[in-house]
Amino acid sequence: MDPGIRVQELNAWFGGTQALHDIGLEIPSRQVTAIIGPSGCGKSTFVRCLNRMHETLPNATVKGKVTISGLDIYGKGVSPVTVRRRIGMVFQKPNPFPTMSIYDNVAAGLKLNGFSNRRQLDEVVQRSLEGAALWDEVKDIMKKKSGASLSGGQQQRLCIARALAIEPEIMLMDEPASALDPISTSKIEDLIFQLKQQFTIVIVTHNMQQAARVADLTGFFLMGKLIELDKTEKMFTNPSDKRTEDYITGRFG
Amino acid sequence: MHNISFRRRFVNFLGIGAIVGATLVVLMPLFLIMGTVIYRGIGSITWAFFTRIPQPVGETGGGMANAIVGTAMIMGVAALIGIPLGVGSGIYLAEYGRNASGNIVRFTADVLNGIPSIVIGITVYALVVLIQHHFSLLAGGIALGIMMIPTVCRTTEEVLLMVPQSVREAALGLGIPQWRTTLSVVVPSAASGIITSIMLACARVAGETAPLLFTAFGNQFWNLKLNQPTAALPLQIFAYAISPYEEWHRMAWAGALVLILSIMATVILVRFATSRGMLKGAH
Ligand SMILES: Nc1ncnc2c1ncn2[C@@H]1O[C@H](COP(=O)(O)OP(=O)(O)O)[C@@H](O)[C@H]1O
Ligand SMILES: [Mg+2]
Repeated sequence: MDPGIRVQELNAWFGGTQALHDIGLEIPSRQVTAIIGPSGCGKSTFVRCLNRMHETLPNATVKGKVTISGLDIYGKGVSPVTVRRRIGMVFQKPNPFPTMSIYDNVAAGLKLNGFSNRRQLDEVVQRSLEGAALWDEVKDIMKKKSGASLSGGQQQRLCIARALAIEPEIMLMDEPASALDPISTSKIEDLIFQLKQQFTIVIVTHNMQQAARVADLTGFFLMGKLIELDKTEKMFTNPSDKRTEDYITGRFG
Repeated sequence: MHNISFRRRFVNFLGIGAIVGATLVVLMPLFLIMGTVIYRGIGSITWAFFTRIPQPVGETGGGMANAIVGTAMIMGVAALIGIPLGVGSGIYLAEYGRNASGNIVRFTADVLNGIPSIVIGITVYALVVLIQHHFSLLAGGIALGIMMIPTVCRTTEEVLLMVPQSVREAALGLGIPQWRTTLSVVVPSAASGIITSIMLACARVAGETAPLLFTAFGNQFWNLKLNQPTAALPLQIFAYAISPYEEWHRMAWAGALVLILSIMATVILVRFATSRGMLKGAH
């Protein structure tokens, strides 16, 4: 029933400043886990540690253990590239590849890793676009139009399709709807609902209503520390920690 | 009411006048150069100019065909050296060069950019010509190629740094290795800028004379061999311009006109192609 994610004593730094302190938690598989907290509390840094993206920034370092179906992704000899191939990531701002068509955007993860069977690529692209609820809107233009020509909401779904195409086990979403209008946002939320049938999803959001709508579990971060992680319902009705309560009732942050 | 509007219109008029005036002042040297070269050179541009080689003094009907072809071939050699090294080091600086060795490369490129072209000519003379025992097309191409490297390198670095970080992250996040991300995602996103920088560097060195004096050397006859001295437009212009003969002076102006026009044509063509997105990756 893996892959869930187990995080133990995770610390992360930007140069000399520590951004994450001793994070430990378990993320169950095929559920949606939301990460909430005031801005700057380390939400992005945390999810970027789950697929080894943190270390791509200059001077950024990580210490700790992250286990995904038995594999310690920071273990000796584990290549970050293979880790990232198993984990899809969607960023805050839609970032389609500007020079590629819609089709090539979706196929990029496979093509650029040397996969070239045309018929199978066609299948994967269709499946991924359908999975991201974008197929009907782009099926006639996907080879001619560039990814950048789509609307913001469509671009974000394109980025989701692009992540789906590498057939990951886990999806990380860093505020995927924060740059979108309400209609696009609700489309993305519907999508998250469907995707959790197949994937373990971790979604960062600063929008508590959104966390309440989509997440099974919610974790609250504050100043680089995990304050608590619990069933979403419990977090929003009866949190164990005073600071969580203060945050969700809007008393700070 | 009326007053304010008049004042505004007047100030606006002055402002626009100043801008137009400044533009004209900036463009003046260009027009002066173009005007003079066209005026002096156009008369000697004949069919023979493009098809014949130079004739001895007194005989008419000579041309610069060998120099035109020579410049084209020297530029070919220069491009083979300058483009891979320039683009390659630019990519290195932008994508992998945020460290001490990157700073060394950057510093070296800037120093190389500041070295007078005649010094590069002498250096290539010492390192290539003296060893080959020949002035040669190859030596000329090497000299110009070296001159291209720093310009292409630093502008390539600049345009690559303009590619948003989010594009790199998107690719890395898909499990695409860094080198693949660089070659297949980042570089294509900056392709039009890189091509522009290459063309500008070519245009810049195509007219260089000093580095060719002790390398390609010049030649009154045809040469298509890499290891032989070769005519080149700037050298031929130089030789004719300092000669005492009126006829040769006219040929020098015609040569200058052809040189300028071909450089301008290249630049305009590339600008046009990249602005129309005709080259892959241009947006
Ligand atoms: N590239 C970076 N370089 C240096 N510090 C950073 C960088 N990105 C984030 N930080 C710092 O790390 C802390 C956590 O940031 P982040 O994880 O982006 O927070 P969140 O996503 O919760 O808003 C913040 O204090 C922020 O200033
Ligand atoms: Mg963030």
